[in-house]
Amino acid sequence: MPNPVNTIPLPRELTTKPRRSDKVFRQVVTTGGLSSLAILGLIAFFLARSGFEVLREEGLSFITSSEWSIMTDEIGNVTESNFGLAAMLVGTILCSIIAVVIAVPISVFSALFLNFYAPIWLKRILVSIIDTMAAFPSILFGIWGFLVLMPSVEYWAKLINKYFGWILLFEVKPYFFTRSPFVAGVVLAIMIIPIITSVSREVFAQAPLDRIQAAFALGATRWAMIKAVVIPYGRSGVVGGAMLGLGRAMGETVAVYTVLNIVYQVNWHVLLGAGGNVASLIILKFGEASPYEIKALMAAGLILFLMTLMVNAGANSIVKRTGKSGR
Amino acid sequence: MTTIVLPTKPWAASKQDRLRNFLFYLLAVAVSFVLVAVTPMKGKLAYAVIFFITYMTVTSLYSLLITGSAAAKDAAIKSLVGLGATVTLIPILSIIGTVLRKGLPGLSLGLFTSDMSLSAPTDPLSSGGLLHAITGTLTMVAMALILSVPLGILTALYLTEIRGKFSGPIRFLVQAMSGVPSIVAGLFILSAVLYPITGNYSGLMGALALTILMIPTVARTSEEVLQLIPNDLREAGTALGGTQWRTVAMIVIPAARSGLITAVILGIARIAGETAPLLLLTGGGDRVTGKVFDGPIGSLPYYIWKSFNAGSPEALTRAWAGLLVLMIVVLILFTSARALSSRKIS
Repeated sequence: MPNPVNTIPLPRELTTKPRRSDKVFRQVVTTGGLSSLAILGLIAFFLARSGFEVLREEGLSFITSSEWSIMTDEIGNVTESNFGLAAMLVGTILCSIIAVVIAVPISVFSALFLNFYAPIWLKRILVSIIDTMAAFPSILFGIWGFLVLMPSVEYWAKLINKYFGWILLFEVKPYFFTRSPFVAGVVLAIMIIPIITSVSREVFAQAPLDRIQAAFALGATRWAMIKAVVIPYGRSGVVGGAMLGLGRAMGETVAVYTVLNIVYQVNWHVLLGAGGNVASLIILKFGEASPYEIKALMAAGLILFLMTLMVNAGANSIVKRTGKSGR
Repeated sequence: MTTIVLPTKPWAASKQDRLRNFLFYLLAVAVSFVLVAVTPMKGKLAYAVIFFITYMTVTSLYSLLITGSAAAKDAAIKSLVGLGATVTLIPILSIIGTVLRKGLPGLSLGLFTSDMSLSAPTDPLSSGGLLHAITGTLTMVAMALILSVPLGILTALYLTEIRGKFSGPIRFLVQAMSGVPSIVAGLFILSAVLYPITGNYSGLMGALALTILMIPTVARTSEEVLQLIPNDLREAGTALGGTQWRTVAMIVIPAARSGLITAVILGIARIAGETAPLLLLTGGGDRVTGKVFDGPIGSLPYYIWKSFNAGSPEALTRAWAGLLVLMIVVLILFTSARALSSRKIS
């Protein structure tokens, strides 16, 4: 009987070096992942390039003045032009803030209702309805808002003016309510309620069940449980949803254009029928704009782009900060 | 003799509770009617406000007297929460109701078999249709899909599988990109492609703008889905000797398939009714066209916009019919997304 040969197998080579297929894969995915950077960069570059001439001509007055006019002579040369966005910027911010102020409480309450109050069958129906509504196109809200909602909102605006007119914000002089920033704000609010609701609902649904049960076991009422467990947990998500809504409201074009009266004058009185909106201005002027005015519109688009970027950056940092404080 | 104790639900509302709640409702309705009749407050709004305030006060007061202040707060919040849900629902129901009521009279077979090349929005409803709009929208959405789905899913894969050093910035950029207003996307394509290169309206231009709007939706939803895939699956794939590429392609993506389809469908729903960039880029042709890369092309939102701005009763009916079709398209997309994503993983 031969002796068993005592061979110790050589240690196999261990390697973490990626194969070629993985190298290609990682390269392709990274390139694809950088597409968002490329697109955002290109947007900023091309809008800045097209708008540069106007921005240089107008300087700071592009965002501080509110005149928008262009004069041409018979052969189409620009003789005099004034482009200022101040009224539009103020209007954009005003409308979207109104929308968020109206939408956030309603959305948070309805998200709470869906998660903690509604019976399962009702919840299922409502969730599918609200999620579908979040996908409704803005033109639908615009036309519905103009033909159906606007008369009611004007009536509400008159009521607010009657009882709270002493607050400077609600002053209306001259007495003209049609197509005011308030109307646009309400339409925008209705547009963003489903978004904020579904974001908040998803965040609330992730609140840890053991803590919810613990709160109930300690004798908490439903509201006490929500206040102690759900709200601290979901706060950052609600802020994120609200910011998402704010961003959408700021860039909304068609829905605002149909219900807003565009006036080239800064107006802080939300109920007065004179507003402004950068996106709507672009649609309004695009049709008959001369090449030089198109450049001004590009510059306006650049400002709008930077503004929404800033809102999103702010949203991100807020969400990150409150995310830590949530338990 | 033993008695069997039947299971009870001590937390469920008893008959008495329900009756009491019903009486509270009745009381609130009665108060609102009386106050509207007596005081100068008038209109639907007055009814609703008085009803709500009365109901909230009565239920909270009852809880305060019977149980205490914590229960009173709870009851008040319960009314508020119900109000929130109602206020969310009212516009939805109003929109759907209005679109159905005003759009149905405008629907006819001719709408789907003819285009507007020989008719104006203000013509009687029997002439013209929106075939060009439907085909145009479908073409542009299909082109946007081809461009945006790979980019969106690759971005999501980078964030979940590669997790390279750019993950943080890219997540931020995708977030930022989802906030890019649609009109800015339109202006960008206008300044980067249309003016310098093609110089003419076309479906491709519209599709490019829609791509920009669709990528972040696809990327973010896919990322969420891919995050949910348990790491065990990835480890199992690697342990079986798979390379990362094989693991992702054979395990992670099939496991996440339903979610990825949902992501794509949500992306389509996001862009199907997008109006602003199409107003800038497509020129809104009135005939069915096969020339996608050159010349104006129609689309549903553009058709609606044109009809709405024409303003005559016929044109408005056209607009509502178009909105109805658009709404049905979005609804079909959503239902199919649900049906597809609920199918089991093989």
